[in-house]
Amino acid sequence: MSVSVQETAATTVFEEPPLIGGKPTFSSITEKISGIVEGKTKKAWFVLFGLASSLALILFGSIGFLFYEGIGIWGINNPVGWGWAIVNFVFWVGIGHAGTLISAVLFIFRQKWRTSINRFAEAMTLFAVICALVFPGIHVGRVWMAYFMFPIPNQMQMWPNFRSPLLWDVFAVGTYFTVSLMFWYTGLIPDLATLRDRAKARFRKIMFGIFSLGWRGGNKQWKNYELAYLLLAGLSTPLVLSVHSVVSTDFATSVIPGWHSTIFPPYFVAGAIFSGFAMVLTLAIIARKIYGLEHILTIRHFEKMNMVIMVTGMMVGYAYSMEFFIAWYSGNEYETFTFLNRAFGQYAWAYWIMISCNVLIPQLFWFKKIRTNIPAMFIISIFVNIGMWFERFVITVTSLANDFLPSSWDYFSPTIFDISMLVGSFGLFFSLFLLFIRFLPMVSMAEIKGVLPQADPHYYKKHE
Amino acid sequence: MKSGKIEGVIAEFENPAALIDAAEKMRDSEYTRFDCHSPFPIHGMDKAMGEKRSVLGWIVAPVAFLMVLVGFLFEGWTSTIAYPLVISGKPLFSYQAYGAVAFALMVLTSAGTALFGMLALNKLPRFHHPVFYSDRFAKVTDDAFFVSIEAKDAKFDEKETVEFLKSIGGREIELLIADD
Repeated sequence: MSVSVQETAATTVFEEPPLIGGKPTFSSITEKISGIVEGKTKKAWFVLFGLASSLALILFGSIGFLFYEGIGIWGINNPVGWGWAIVNFVFWVGIGHAGTLISAVLFIFRQKWRTSINRFAEAMTLFAVICALVFPGIHVGRVWMAYFMFPIPNQMQMWPNFRSPLLWDVFAVGTYFTVSLMFWYTGLIPDLATLRDRAKARFRKIMFGIFSLGWRGGNKQWKNYELAYLLLAGLSTPLVLSVHSVVSTDFATSVIPGWHSTIFPPYFVAGAIFSGFAMVLTLAIIARKIYGLEHILTIRHFEKMNMVIMVTGMMVGYAYSMEFFIAWYSGNEYETFTFLNRAFGQYAWAYWIMISCNVLIPQLFWFKKIRTNIPAMFIISIFVNIGMWFERFVITVTSLANDFLPSSWDYFSPTIFDISMLVGSFGLFFSLFLLFIRFLPMVSMAEIKGVLPQADPHYYKKHE
Repeated sequence: MKSGKIEGVIAEFENPAALIDAAEKMRDSEYTRFDCHSPFPIHGMDKAMGEKRSVLGWIVAPVAFLMVLVGFLFEGWTSTIAYPLVISGKPLFSYQAYGAVAFALMVLTSAGTALFGMLALNKLPRFHHPVFYSDRFAKVTDDAFFVSIEAKDAKFDEKETVEFLKSIGGREIELLIADD
């Protein structure tokens, strides 16, 4: 029996170009992606890792001093009791959301283009959530009491207060991390088996052998595997929508003007997806360039991501304007003051950075020229990340700085330790990410092969 | 030829379409302990092999329903019986507040069940398997497609099975024998 490749009717009906560029075969995909992990480490990697890990050390050093000295080393004051620690926490959790959105939500919607980006977007989620979890962990002041957050039976017969949104947060973000890790690992199993089967060195073979769990690629395994993947995607979808909603309740369930608002959960989720996609874009552009993945991460992938950024950017813009409208429409003078104060008060500079970066600049993506131009989208993605950090800063700090009692108003200025921890958290994030792209396949080989035209049995015509 | 017990046989097929055809013929034969191996899941393979839908959903769903209830009751128990604490004069049994944590517990345990349930159904981790005796089989995670039949199959016969695999288009047929 001989088999030849046929131009199927489907090839001509759909005008969309193929997802993967070039003339990929199953083994060329394996070769390309595994080659990155198996080949020599690039010089650029060492330079970037050196930089990132130095910054991460600054974070660890600062945390050490924080534990020694106390949270007074930060710029927080009375009334601004929540400073950059919370800003950074919300920022990093938000970054994570794009990974889950890409891996779970787009999977359920059968968006096949996700296969090129889902693996490292998921990895980005994990590392962003690690960075996020650092901050609530260290901001409690007496860190040795941090176990109070967990429902652990203890000699004081004391239990956490489940009516507090701060505790919901512990569960939401903790669950988010664990489920993201399981989802990511499930996706990795077939690819780890590929690396196991290709490994030459004994140690490598043993390590990948252990972590691929003896995967054999039999359809009796695939059938359970695929359902497990679908279930994980189905569970992650409401989870990802709930996580930033719960984070937003940290603010929204309080009675502080500017926080006490029902728009917060959807507004936070949209913002999270917005910032997360920008971060995926930033990382993808760099990784694509360094590792020559142009045929796997095509301009079409980037264009689709840019469209998501534009749409979610407009949702965020809508939320900003709706907050203003409700502040006026409610007739509540504290609410009205807070919003006017945000835009024209002592933090106006931060507010307008936020508006420019999040609402105005992404509008450039209306132009096809810009949303298909790599340098332009890279710069815009950086702006979006800056803008989204400032959004959390504006929300957290402006509402606290000018509260109900003018005599207690104060201005928040960060100290060197606020800055070192923010910069350091980026170092931690990039260190983890660089380790990931060095040691694990950054693109899902099994899934990419599954979306190649030759993966479809109908692609072949038999000559009996 | 290697000495030792034959534990199975594998045959290679050229592409997903050939593997689907082979799976259909395997299904219609009397062999039961066979599997079709591929680098990625092939659409339509379950039907071709006559495989039933995975039962994993029936394992995860009860866990989800149970854990959301457990989470809710646990929160109620800690805040009304184990550690009743009045905060801002709110009722102790403020069930409206319990949703977020009960939901998180549900997702956490269901996701864990999905992953570990999948591994249990697949009998993984399993680091030793006759198919790994074959060196060619390593390409299954790259670009090769195989049918394997275990020697435990009632109909397995060294010669007949090899002939059968040949007749359905299998190439590079290899008996799986422990080599050490």
